This record gives sequence, C-alpha cells and structure tokens, in this order.
Amino acid sequence: MLITELKSRETIESLADGQKVFIINCLGCKEVHFPEKEAVSLQKELAAKGEVTGILTTDYICNPENLELRLSKHKKALEEADVILVFSCGVGVQTVAGYLEEKKVYAACDTYPLPGFQGVTPLEYQCDQCGECYLNLTGGICPITACSKSLVNGPCGGTKNGRCEVDSDMECGWERIYRRLEQLGRLDVLKSPVQVHNFATDDEVS
Amino acid sequence: MKITELFERGEFVVSAEVGPPKGFHVEHLLEEAKTYLSDITAVNVTDNQSSVMRLGSLAMCKALKDEGLTPIYQLTCRDRNRIALQSDLLSAAMFGIENLLLLTGDHTKLGDHPQAKPVFDLDSVSLIHAVTRLESGVDLGGNELVGEPPKFAKGAVVSPCSDSVDAQLAKMERKVRAGADYFQTQAVFEPEKFIKFMEKAKEFGKPVQVGIIIPKSAGMAKFMNNNVAGIHVPDEMIEELAKDKERTKAGITGVEIAARIIKECRPYCQGVHIMALGWESKVPELLKQAGI
Repeated sequence: MLITELKSRETIESLADGQKVFIINCLGCKEVHFPEKEAVSLQKELAAKGEVTGILTTDYICNPENLELRLSKHKKALEEADVILVFSCGVGVQTVAGYLEEKKVYAACDTYPLPGFQGVTPLEYQCDQCGECYLNLTGGICPITACSKSLVNGPCGGTKNGRCEVDSDMECGWERIYRRLEQLGRLDVLKSPVQVHNFATDDEVS
Repeated sequence: MKITELFERGEFVVSAEVGPPKGFHVEHLLEEAKTYLSDITAVNVTDNQSSVMRLGSLAMCKALKDEGLTPIYQLTCRDRNRIALQSDLLSAAMFGIENLLLLTGDHTKLGDHPQAKPVFDLDSVSLIHAVTRLESGVDLGGNELVGEPPKFAKGAVVSPCSDSVDAQLAKMERKVRAGADYFQTQAVFEPEKFIKFMEKAKEFGKPVQVGIIIPKSAGMAKFMNNNVAGIHVPDEMIEELAKDKERTKAGITGVEIAARIIKECRPYCQGVHIMALGWESKVPELLKQAGI
C-alpha cells in the first residue's frame, strides 16, 4: 500500500502562483490511498481564482499509453497551461513529466509507503515512497531512484561519459535532471536551500 | 593552523595527500610524511579512499599533528550517518584538527567491501551545512552544543574537467552557499579546461587548489581515462609517458608533466593539491620544478 498525501497548501499555491495550471488527478490503483476530498476542495479554490485551464481525473497515469490517450482529449487546455500540477504518487508525476517534456510538471503530493501490496506499477521502479517528494526541485526526475547515491543536492563527481560510475548501464540521474531543468529554463531551482533528507517522515505517518 | 588564514594572506597553498594503511602500523607513513611533506602547508588524510577499508582518517590526522604537521581531515558520507559524522567532527575539534575536506564519498560498490550498506544519510552539501551549524553552536537536530562551538576551515571538492562541468559549477555554488571556505579539485591534466572552469568558478570568491596527480606510466594514464570519473589524460601526454619507459619508471617524465601543469594553472588559482598515490618522495622535486 502507499499513501499520497497533499503537500502543504502554501507549497501547492506557490507552485501554481499566478500561472495557468492544468490539473491531473490520479485516483490510482486500489492500493493507493488518495486524499480525493481535500484535493478536490483545494482545486476548486484554485479554479475560483481563474487559473485552471482544465482538470483530468483518471487512474493509472503511470501507464504511458493510458496517459497519452487521456491527455489527447485535453490538448487545448494543456497548451494553454504554464504548469501541470499532478496529484498522484511519485511514479505518476514522473510519467507525466517524461511525457510532457516541455512543460513544468509539479508534484502536489508526497508519497509514503504502507505495509501490504504495492500499487500496480507498469513501469520500472521509479518512486521510493520516501515521503519527501523532490520532483519539484529536479524537473520531475526523482533523485532518490535515478542517482546511485540518492543525492538530493546535485551530482557527485562520479560521472563518466554521462554514465554513473557505479553502474555503467545507468545514465547519471543528475545529468538528466540538469538537462531537464535547462530545457525548462528552471536552472534557478538548483540554487534552492540545502536539502537535508528527512528519513523519519514515513515513521511519523505509519 | 587553518589553511584559510594562508589563503587570506595571499599565499599559494600547497597540500598533499596520504592514505592510511590497511593495518595499524603507521610509523612508515609518518616517517615519509615528515621527510617529504613537512615543508608544505598541509597534509590531507583520506577517509577509506575508493571505499577500501583502512585505518581511520581521524586517528591518522591526530598522529600527523603530533608530529608537527598540519592535517586536513577528509570526511565522507558513505560510512556514517549524521550522528556519527557530527560526533567525529567534535572529536576532531577536541584533537585540535582545524582543517576539513568534506565529501560525499565513493560508492561502496567500487571498493573492497561491495557487500557493505552505503549510508549517504547526508551528502557533501548537507555535510558542509552540518559543520556550519555546529560552528554556530547548534547540531543538525537543532540542539545546542555545550561550551564554545568548534571552528574549522571547511574544504570541499569540485571536478573541473568533468564532462558535465556546468552541473559541477551549480553544485559548487551550492557548497559555497552551504558554507565551504575553499576547494580542492579532481586531478587536472588539461590546463586549458581548468582555466576555462576557473573563469566561471572565480565568481564564487573562494580559493581553489588545483588537483595534481603525478602520472606513473602510460598504462596508469589509460586506466584513469577508462575508469576514473572527471579525469582525462590527453593522448600526447600518454605518448610522452610511453616514449622512454626507464625515464617514466623513475618518475622523471611524470614529475615533468605535473610541474608543467602546475605552472600553467598557477596564475588562475590559489594553491595546489598533490595526490602522490605512493610517490610522496617525488613531491619536493615536483615543487622545485614547478617553481614553488
């Protein structure tokens, strides 16, 4: 099981701040607890401010084909949006960020683990359910799973020809993150304050 | 003595690196350090370098200090969580060790205990941040220290010849913001790349020591090219090493190459850091040839 918990209201509002937003909700697989009520009420508030170009509520956005099909019905609203705000687990956010490469895709939730079956994830392992989602600081690529050392403040010196020195089959996660941020014109987020990973958050929830 | 004081005085700071042995007999290492490294500013002591288990960096720093040398305590995040790291930093302060080099550390998979659990509770940036906090009298958990807080010269590393140098610069900036006082670099074999890097890095206003490895053979150079991140030895240097094997074996060619690199880089940086990798005995000759 896993829990997707809304990030703080201030965080979500700051992500939307003054920009046109397209919202994606993933009701998920049945193993995911999704805070539907809270999400909907927050989104209504955002919409009342006139910043929302469209809302897509679906399930299994972690399936790229499903995602493509669903998004194809919202082309105009997507084009109008500056920011895509995704209410889902970490895998879902990364699938959207990978598909809408030219858009700023932000996570509105943190993902925590719960004992029991995990959600049906038709993708490679991408979310560690660490409870402190970094995707908004890393262009939608998870540094916990994409970096061998799970570094949260930037690359180590161990990149050789774009590959990770720990595993030459693996592209350096931080090179991917850097490229994506460059593409999005968001290299400024690398100047954000020092991140000290909190390993206690999952305990506090469960 | 903090090496930052020397940077402030405008001195060209020279440090060299020693690796503790896999065992507890350090007499030989101390003797070598006293013989060959006592004229330089400071001696870095590596922390289980390349993830190979050895005698501890802190103990070796203390032993060097007792012999009158100035140690730089290297500390990595691979083997210790934030409690152990902060505790070891207080221990270092108690021993009067004032210079630090704070690194993330190589992954356990690259060393001689690939079965080990890699820790990486903190990383280089958050470790620098933790030291800055300790210096303000508060630990990472937000608890106050008893008595006067420690004060260190906080060193960090950067890889100027990395193929993703912009990402390296971004991380360097983060280290500066976290409180890094000075930088040592990965080994440089391409001065033109280093000079280009320094054009951008000088904006951060922190002293940088160029990293130097004395190349021991053409084979070693090729090995580094294939296996060591951030290092590229150009073809003409490899040819130079391959030309006269006897001269190269005696260290003459390697010292010439290293001295040349130092001379080319010197106008652009504030010091040099030599990773002699067992060739500590060549350091005095290298510095002489480099005109230091």
